[in-house]
Amino acid sequence: MIGRQRDENPAGIHLPLEPLPGHTSRGRLERVLRRGEFAVTTELNPPDSADPEDVYNRAKIFDGWVDAINAVDASGANCHMSSVGICALLTRMGYAPIMQIACRDRNRIAIQGDVLGGAAMGVANMLCLTGDGVQAGDQPGAKPVFDLDCMSLLETCRIMRDNGKFLSGRKLTTPPQLFLGAAINPFAPPIDFRPYRLGKKIAAGAQFVQSQYCFDVPMFRTYMQQIRDLGFTEKCFILCGVGPLASAKTAKWIRSNVPGIHIPDQIVKRLEGAQDQKKEGKQLCIDIINEVKEIPGVSGVHVMAYRQEEYVAEIVDESGVLKGRQPWKREIRRDDQLVADRLDHILHDEITETQVDMVKTAH
Amino acid sequence: MPEPTPAVTQATLVKKAAPKSDYKPADVSPQRRVQRSFAVRLWSVRHSRLLEWFYARFADMFLTLHPLWKGIGYGRVEAPIKFVEKRVKGFMFDCRMCGQCILSSTGMSCPMNCPKQLRNGPCGGVRANGNCEVEPDMPCVWVKAWEGSRNMKHGDKILDVQKPVDQSLRETSAWLRVTAQAAAAREAARNAPKTGAPT
Repeated sequence: MIGRQRDENPAGIHLPLEPLPGHTSRGRLERVLRRGEFAVTTELNPPDSADPEDVYNRAKIFDGWVDAINAVDASGANCHMSSVGICALLTRMGYAPIMQIACRDRNRIAIQGDVLGGAAMGVANMLCLTGDGVQAGDQPGAKPVFDLDCMSLLETCRIMRDNGKFLSGRKLTTPPQLFLGAAINPFAPPIDFRPYRLGKKIAAGAQFVQSQYCFDVPMFRTYMQQIRDLGFTEKCFILCGVGPLASAKTAKWIRSNVPGIHIPDQIVKRLEGAQDQKKEGKQLCIDIINEVKEIPGVSGVHVMAYRQEEYVAEIVDESGVLKGRQPWKREIRRDDQLVADRLDHILHDEITETQVDMVKTAH
Repeated sequence: MPEPTPAVTQATLVKKAAPKSDYKPADVSPQRRVQRSFAVRLWSVRHSRLLEWFYARFADMFLTLHPLWKGIGYGRVEAPIKFVEKRVKGFMFDCRMCGQCILSSTGMSCPMNCPKQLRNGPCGGVRANGNCEVEPDMPCVWVKAWEGSRNMKHGDKILDVQKPVDQSLRETSAWLRVTAQAAAAREAARNAPKTGAPT
């Protein structure tokens, strides 16, 4: 018997899982969330290169610590390897990517094609985003597309999955099986509208949401209270976005330069007062995780550690959110290992084996 | 391997490398540059309840005139109606003539003025002071829309999920389209009881 991990297709790690009743996708993330386990997702820093090894190496550091990896779609309107490309590489290796789709760069024709392509490669999770404005990035002269918005994109994906049709009504021969996600930002105005906006996203098709960086836990708690009262936590899995701040300087920079990220003063003060700011930033992240995981309705955390990816494992480990569970880890199958060891033995060890000797040792 | 965080991002370098010139255009996005100042637009949002009431009467009047439009021909009245519509809505709301007006679902704040042209609510980048992420000086269209919708009788229409914009309808008259559709619906309702089950 070959040792197999939970949520792995015995025919090959790159293949989709058996469909389960009540599941809309054949992916690992949906299974983890629907089992009621506390999920951990993270973000892969997309390489500016054409080397697949760059993607593999960046995914490897999350091995055994996260349930899914976001493949970002030119975040901040900066050009990087595409999310479709990253997903193609990750699914090959058995990882569970969350394919981000931003409306900034592609129109509905391209997006629907990418949804099909992604699903065909085994991408089970798609995260529908509007995307930052082109002015924010390194190519401010680009044409902003915004043909769809995150809401109509969600609806488009849902229609493709549930009705088996394109937006135009043309039929799909095999509809994509998807677990649909969206983003929420409870920390930006209009604060009263934010819970209802989540309701809209759920109506449009969102099954899980990842939040913007949460540094203000009381504010997040209020938001969670509101959406619990509206009954949204039963219809949708909420993943709280967290991440380590590298220093007080970074925190201040983010506060004044990245709209939509809300960092309260006491956070900056706490970092400023610390001896080792980087370590304090990590500890702060762990403390926030420990607070938000106790809020009813929070199903997981989304750890965004841009350029500090090596801390994700430590943060997840030290916060203890997995409660001893080990998410899927890419490892060599036992039969492959056996063959590799044997070959190694034959090729490199100084031995002369005869059939007669082999029969003797076999008994 | 941890890469050292660069002190400046590539985006900053690009902005710095842009050719220096005495002429610095106002505003960040082209969408903003074709708009006027917000005074009237914000007035419309503040008086969304009044405009909602007025719009309902106005739509009824247009529907009553349906035989007239049909008599003259919708194609023939299109040009003058569009001329008026464009100017009136342009003045009141900074209308962008998307041809599928949803002002009554968005608190009388035109969503096409959003640099991302969002039609389903604010993005996550709204600044703490309620201004736009792209245009730091412009109040977020959707913050205003939410305020406007709270004054309106049917303000909860803001919670409906809107379809994506049909780009082929740009620069057409939303007034005439709504009227023709309402007339067709009225016609259908009138014919329905003849064949439908008695109630």
